[in-house]
Amino acid sequence: MSTVSISRRTPGDWAILLGAIVLGLLIAAPFALILMNSFKSPADYAASGPLSLPTQLYFDGISAFWNRVNFPEKLWNSVFISGMVAILAVVISVFNAFAIGIGRVRGRTWIIILFLLANMLPQEALLYPLYYMFKQVGLYDNVWAVIIIFTVIQSAFGTYLLSSVYGTFPKEILEAASLDGASRWQILWRVIVPISRPTLSVLVIFFFIWTWNEFLIPLTFLVSNANQTVPVAIATLQGDRIMDVTTTSASALLGLIPTLVFFLIFQRTLTRGITAGAVK
Amino acid sequence: MRGRQRVPASTTVLPPQKGRPMVTLPVVARRKGALKTPAADEQSLLPNSGKGGRAGFWLYLIPGFVLFTIVILIPLVWNIFLSFTKWRGIKPPEFIGLENWIELFQDDKFWMSFINSIAMIVAMVIVPTLLGLLIAAMLFDLIGKKFGGKLASFLRATYYLPQILPVAVAAIVIGWILRPENGALNTILEAVGLGGLQHNWLGSPDTALLSIMFVMVWVQLGYPIVIFMAALQRVDPELYEAAELDGANWAQRFRWITISIIRPEVFVVTLTCTIAALKVFGPIYTLTRGGPGTSTIVPSYYSYSEFFQSQQVGYGATIATALTVVIVILTIVFIKAQNRAERAEGGRS
Repeated sequence: MSTVSISRRTPGDWAILLGAIVLGLLIAAPFALILMNSFKSPADYAASGPLSLPTQLYFDGISAFWNRVNFPEKLWNSVFISGMVAILAVVISVFNAFAIGIGRVRGRTWIIILFLLANMLPQEALLYPLYYMFKQVGLYDNVWAVIIIFTVIQSAFGTYLLSSVYGTFPKEILEAASLDGASRWQILWRVIVPISRPTLSVLVIFFFIWTWNEFLIPLTFLVSNANQTVPVAIATLQGDRIMDVTTTSASALLGLIPTLVFFLIFQRTLTRGITAGAVK
Repeated sequence: MRGRQRVPASTTVLPPQKGRPMVTLPVVARRKGALKTPAADEQSLLPNSGKGGRAGFWLYLIPGFVLFTIVILIPLVWNIFLSFTKWRGIKPPEFIGLENWIELFQDDKFWMSFINSIAMIVAMVIVPTLLGLLIAAMLFDLIGKKFGGKLASFLRATYYLPQILPVAVAAIVIGWILRPENGALNTILEAVGLGGLQHNWLGSPDTALLSIMFVMVWVQLGYPIVIFMAALQRVDPELYEAAELDGANWAQRFRWITISIIRPEVFVVTLTCTIAALKVFGPIYTLTRGGPGTSTIVPSYYSYSEFFQSQQVGYGATIATALTVVIVILTIVFIKAQNRAERAEGGRS
């Protein structure tokens, strides 16, 4: 990075910096508002408005919402669904990419384009047939319906990405392994998967977060309370009788905390994964 | 060699995005060229030790293909078929030819939903991309250089914050601020003496759509900023310094260096966000359910309500199919335009 110009900060530069900071504050403001008001009593809110700090910490809003939706159950549903999808989708992506990137099967470009279709389509165009099919086989209102659907949708992207990574896999390593008498299956699991682990772990994290954030399909398929995910449970309760102004704020807070936590936990892995991600 | 490796690596850089990860379609076009292999490349990277040679690799595609057929292919074809039927979900569907499609073209609510989609494109593509370009260039070229890279990445992380939320939760956050009674925005307006501007933001037809657009700008802005800043890492700093010495001002450098170098990313962001904008569902469902009246209806919510509220499955399938057709056409046009731009670029250099 150039250090030459550090000393030449003009008033214009300071003005732009100020603008950038104000923009940052505006973007962060909703988070701050939600945080401040989730710990207020409705009376406190009515008396002093949304901008003041709570006069005393009040946890009834949070606990009312927590108990009403049975939050730990929703959290577990979301973790289970997103975790299963992340793992299964990576396994399918590895199989597909092994055939496409390493095996270089005929017509692979078209196979990739076909898979990408799964990512591009609006989910509404699959929704009713899927709803009907899963109802027929008894998987409606079952977390496995959502797991199966998102495994396919996420692995489509994973196939695309991994195929290009495996397409440039060092040939010497593969040749050495097969000279040692390893079978294809063994080479895949003992050589290719371990070497591409950084990329695979990035995919696991992406798939986990993407699935966590999904809304339309979980909303349609998980109708009973006990099966809902965090975003669906929070969204369907808006307008409910218990949702006074600070309880609604608390519900938003509980919805955003898990993703904030992932972001903080995964950020390092993601940046490390990106630099190490290029297997070559 | 470095040039070729960049493609997959830069794909990985794309952070989790709410719309969908379709991140990379334009890159496909580029990769296609890379994959179109001369005869020498037409064999697997593994020496033919196993059974069946190259064909044996098809075995590994079976699970993927089976799942893909069940979850994507069959439902897609079925949905297109349903658009030619009348079906309430119980008795077998009744074939009615083009009736749904004729109705669709005369349906004001349907056209309204597409007009609102254009509003979503303004809020999720045009505004964030233009602002994102300016902000990314400003963070990279000015703040990063004169005030330090730490500050620039801190600001970037702040702008990116709304992107990590599930979009339904993001909508609830803003919806909470916009509550008509004792909502934060109305209370603040009153406190600063602008009580006259108080409004039922999501409940009146004149501001409901604008409020949702506001949510989407807030959610979306960080995505282009992060992508564009990553792209700017490619720019050779000497290029800027040389241009600066030649007397190019900031605007000229922005126009001739920044924009031309990160154009591939601009394409990717525009395409992926346009597709995401056409699919918007969560915020509409949580905040307005398409109302008041039809003022915030969008195609995806319209088809959802036809499926599950009106039980007009055939008509809902027609709306969904129309949306699919629009998305596919847009994608093809985009990729063609990008290829043409790349060829023109190649011709020039």
